[in-house]
Amino acid sequence: MTKNPFMLVATTISAIFITVLVGVLFFTFKDEPRNTTFNTAFSLINDRGEAVDQSIFKGNPSLVYFGYTHCPEACPTTLYEVAGYLKELGEDGLPIKSYLVTVDPERDTPDIMNGYVTAFSDRITGVTGAPEEIRRVVAGWRAFAEKKPNKSGGYSMSHTMDLFLIGADGRLKGLIPYGSDPDVAISKIRSALL
Amino acid sequence: MSTIRAKFLVAAVALMLPGTASSQHMHAHGTGNITIESAFSRAMLPVAKVGGGYLTINNAGAADRLVGAKSDRAEEVQIHEMKMTGAVMEMRELDNGIPVPAKSTVKLEPGGYHLMFTNVSRPFKEGETLAVTLIFEKAGPIEVEFAVGPFAGAQRPHAAHEGHD
Repeated sequence: MTKNPFMLVATTISAIFITVLVGVLFFTFKDEPRNTTFNTAFSLINDRGEAVDQSIFKGNPSLVYFGYTHCPEACPTTLYEVAGYLKELGEDGLPIKSYLVTVDPERDTPDIMNGYVTAFSDRITGVTGAPEEIRRVVAGWRAFAEKKPNKSGGYSMSHTMDLFLIGADGRLKGLIPYGSDPDVAISKIRSALL
Repeated sequence: MSTIRAKFLVAAVALMLPGTASSQHMHAHGTGNITIESAFSRAMLPVAKVGGGYLTINNAGAADRLVGAKSDRAEEVQIHEMKMTGAVMEMRELDNGIPVPAKSTVKLEPGGYHLMFTNVSRPFKEGETLAVTLIFEKAGPIEVEFAVGPFAGAQRPHAAHEGHD
């Protein structure tokens, strides 16, 4: 082993460089969608009481949010923003459909969903139905939802807050994290879905 | 008597300081060591059943704890904590309330601690005020008025400054 100081410095610099590079790659791709294709069959109903299945995620781009109506903060904020994105995109955004898939189907009946989603926009469809079918959709998109009981006998839901951008091919094209800047979100929707 | 007057004087001076107390909901509520400011809620959708409540607790004295709250406008007012773990929002009721350490300021704000009004029969409307009683372990009940602001999300330009880390 030669004790060349330049080699030592070069090796150290290379090592640091590679570590940083791997780190940057990791952080770049960590939050990227896994280009998931949705392959789960399910049978649910929309807020008008009509049957819906896995075909709603194909044939047109869509914005999908997993939330619930007993949600004081994140869900109304996100749906308000979705309505804003659709308004802002105007005619360009017409092919986009948007869905609120409830993670709380026990309380969110089609009627309640209808009153809720239409308060934001006439372009958001509520999806509810049997809890086990909802679980299939949530798992199919690798989202997360869990019931948290309260001491008072009620419960809250923990759930994924990202807005899912799904392409017409039925693949996940991107995620808009909660609290995103609206301009950034809109350009993300344009580049991913339109 | 003189101490009450002194406290009133302090409060009055505080209210006159520039940049504070510009609107009704900035008034400090409560007496003694615990004072409440900036109590607000948000307009609810006509069909919504729950609303959030936010406030700032200033504690000039010894450690205390917010253990409960009640209001005629809700079946229950629960104390919740919202936490974001990655992209997942975790919501839980705090069985033991919120600790308010000695000489501290504790904020209940979007993205963190908050009050949750459940089974609200008349959804909150912008411009209303809600009468709420906060219950502290040591300080006891404190009456607070919550100003109802716009819908969640409607005040978008400020949302970026709220605690969503």
